[in-house]
Amino acid sequence: MTFTDAQYEVFSYEAVIAAGVVYFLSFLAYLVQFASLRKVGADVPVETGRTAMAGRLGLVLAVLAAVIHFVGLVTRGLAADPNRVPWGNMYEFTISGTFFVTLIFLLTAKKMKTLWLGPWVVAFALVALMAAFLGLDDAVLPLPDALNSPWLVIHVVSAVISTAAFTIGGILSILFLVKERRELKGKDNSTGYLGRVPGTATLDRISYRMHAFAFPVWTFAVLITGPIWAHQAWGNYWNWDPKEVWAFITWVVYAGYLHARATAGWKGRNASYVALVGLATLWFNFIGINFFSSTSQHSYAAPATTSLVQVVEAPDAALPTT
Amino acid sequence: MSERPTGPLPGELSMREFGRWMWRQVTSMRTALVLLLLLALAAVPGSLIPQENVDTMAVSQWKDAHPKLTPVYEKLQMFSVYDSPWFSAIYLLLFISLVGCIVPRTGVYWRALRARPPKAPRNLARLPESASFTTQASPAEVGAAARAALRKRRYRADVSDSAGADGIETAEVAAERGYLREAGNLVFHMSLIVVLVAFAVGSLFGYKGGAIVMVGGGFANDVRSYDEFKPGSLFEQQVMEPFAFDVDDFEISWLTDGPRAGMASDFVSHLSYTTEPGAEPIDYDLRVNHPLEIGATDVFLIGHGYAPVLTIKDGNGDVAYSGPTPFLPMDGTFASFGVIKAADAQPSQIGLTGEFYPTFDMSGGFPTSIFGDPINPLLSVVLYAGDLGLDDGTPQSVYALDTETATPIMSEDGTQQFRLDLRPGDTVALPDGLGEVTFDGIARWNKLQISRTPGKFVALGGVIAATLGLCLSLFMRPRRTWVRARRQEDGSTLVEVASLDRSSGGDPERGAAELAAIVESLGGPAAPGESAKAVEEKS
Repeated sequence: MTFTDAQYEVFSYEAVIAAGVVYFLSFLAYLVQFASLRKVGADVPVETGRTAMAGRLGLVLAVLAAVIHFVGLVTRGLAADPNRVPWGNMYEFTISGTFFVTLIFLLTAKKMKTLWLGPWVVAFALVALMAAFLGLDDAVLPLPDALNSPWLVIHVVSAVISTAAFTIGGILSILFLVKERRELKGKDNSTGYLGRVPGTATLDRISYRMHAFAFPVWTFAVLITGPIWAHQAWGNYWNWDPKEVWAFITWVVYAGYLHARATAGWKGRNASYVALVGLATLWFNFIGINFFSSTSQHSYAAPATTSLVQVVEAPDAALPTT
Repeated sequence: MSERPTGPLPGELSMREFGRWMWRQVTSMRTALVLLLLLALAAVPGSLIPQENVDTMAVSQWKDAHPKLTPVYEKLQMFSVYDSPWFSAIYLLLFISLVGCIVPRTGVYWRALRARPPKAPRNLARLPESASFTTQASPAEVGAAARAALRKRRYRADVSDSAGADGIETAEVAAERGYLREAGNLVFHMSLIVVLVAFAVGSLFGYKGGAIVMVGGGFANDVRSYDEFKPGSLFEQQVMEPFAFDVDDFEISWLTDGPRAGMASDFVSHLSYTTEPGAEPIDYDLRVNHPLEIGATDVFLIGHGYAPVLTIKDGNGDVAYSGPTPFLPMDGTFASFGVIKAADAQPSQIGLTGEFYPTFDMSGGFPTSIFGDPINPLLSVVLYAGDLGLDDGTPQSVYALDTETATPIMSEDGTQQFRLDLRPGDTVALPDGLGEVTFDGIARWNKLQISRTPGKFVALGGVIAATLGLCLSLFMRPRRTWVRARRQEDGSTLVEVASLDRSSGGDPERGAAELAAIVESLGGPAAPGESAKAVEEKS
């Protein structure tokens, strides 16, 4: 049985909406879990009963949502003619990036013991899917020639994965700051959600490991595959295009984060702030630049009218008028 | 008048001391960190304000729109941030700081590589990870077993036996692993210097040029063949390769349905090129994402457009102009503008300026092109006569008509400018006996970017090396482990094992498990960490 591209497109939208609904249900289940843990000390094991059930339900629903989300991505790629990777415009990049956030969480939760990240991850996925759906939606379009390259797969997938990992790292940094602040104020951290979140030293460590994973991938995306592709498509490996500049800024800020962790007086809190600045530049680059800058060659948010790569500008120098 | 002291005041630094102090400041980690964050901040304005070397047209538009800010921004070099002294100052300071950090660290690392693992601290129990047990094996046996166990775990291990003055027999093993972490760190930072140098070489010695070449026409690589040419400041013309090429044909396909109907795709420019004069021509299909490499020079297809072919006969009946004139596309529908100047026309020069519409449509009340393919082509131009300002020697853009001294020719009723609407094949007589214009047909042109960027592969190699080094520095887990076995008074042997994790993100559980496994392999109690883990996983 085969489907038409239009059917795939509709199916993809339905799958993304369904994934959003399931993320929401998962978030509700997590809310139930942590609401009922409100007064329970962190050292009390909760393995059975309704509270534990709600937590397990949240995780199961998150897995289910990720599966539906994945189906939505695959059908989106199938809806394009010719079939392609589902990250050809902002909407597609957002739903792909969000999927990778969930996927990285699910893959690492057991090993890194970060199941308590669940509510944040599903809430983020829900908000991002809604934003993509309401603000960034775009028709399934064939790619312009400049995007039609194997580098689309390699360059963008590495950017998507590192963006997702930086996002999780950022959530961990926020949790670190919240927990540290409460510790400093001498507030009780032994019950409820924050009680189940590990101590600041552990939070700092897993946050670092998430960033340490994302940074080389980001380097690969921005400073290796990006320039190679830019050279092939635009004739220059580094163009100071606004998107490139911001990718570079993000890179420098996260390099600063890695340095800050090794610098006395910057460990912990200040390093976390640097990481959050990095995350802000990353998301600004992704969303903001497309709206603020009209000159970016990456501005796929703009209606696609350009013919080849760019409308030719009038050369400055005089041509002989013969 | 008081006497000036000749020596330095107490507390004052001598030049040499001041220099050392400065150097320490510049090369400190904290300075490097601040410079990094400053570099990020300094890169911001260039992404928000149009840049000369990125988009000259956008810069002049911005300047027209902001007459008050422009002089301030010009002083601050906001239109060429990335070449500006203040931006350069930040990254040069950063690199000086980096060199000042890396060179001594390389020395330290070199000595550490050749040195033996550091001796065990006196009190092993004080280290963050430690364990102890007693065994009946002799200290020497424990030492040998520990050395073997640690070597299996890829430690570099040294054993030293001694019988102290009091006759107590001890064996000590000092072991270290993860030397590659610092190596990776050094490679990463050195590679950044390589990349910076390669990037500088590329922009100083290279050039970037653009040329509009008619389909059916040719190009020879010479500065004079370029329409725009941006050389690096140390560029020398003799490095330009003597290649030449002809654009034999150009293919394009237009999407006629679907959401992107009207978009063009699959551009192919069929070239035949020679690497040097007299060489055998080689065919190449130039596409987007598939540049042509000739030596160190690359040729890219970055645009295309139409060139109406016109013949202009002047008032004397002589051909004053004949041939294609490139028109510049204004948008994706390829409605294009251009100027035709017949400088040799007599009795007066003739200038035409206007638009070319590949698929002309007037249904909206104003002239537009609704499709990029020439299905219903129309050339619509207005006429000027007189002095076009071409003879005073100042260079003029071919895409602009100097109308200062030229006279606009009006239509017969005198209400508006005389307009020629021409379809291919049309000939129109010009008023006032100026001559006649024939629209012979439509030619196409390709915009090619030709650039030479020396050092680009060095830069690429540098970035790849940097990334590999980075991975080593992030994922290698340097660790030191010590084992001390000492004969007790009752004849048994007390074994102490301790480890120090020197990575910044090391997992304490993994470290504890390793320590427990080492203890077990030396005949100590079974690893509690491992068994506890097994229980946890079963539950």
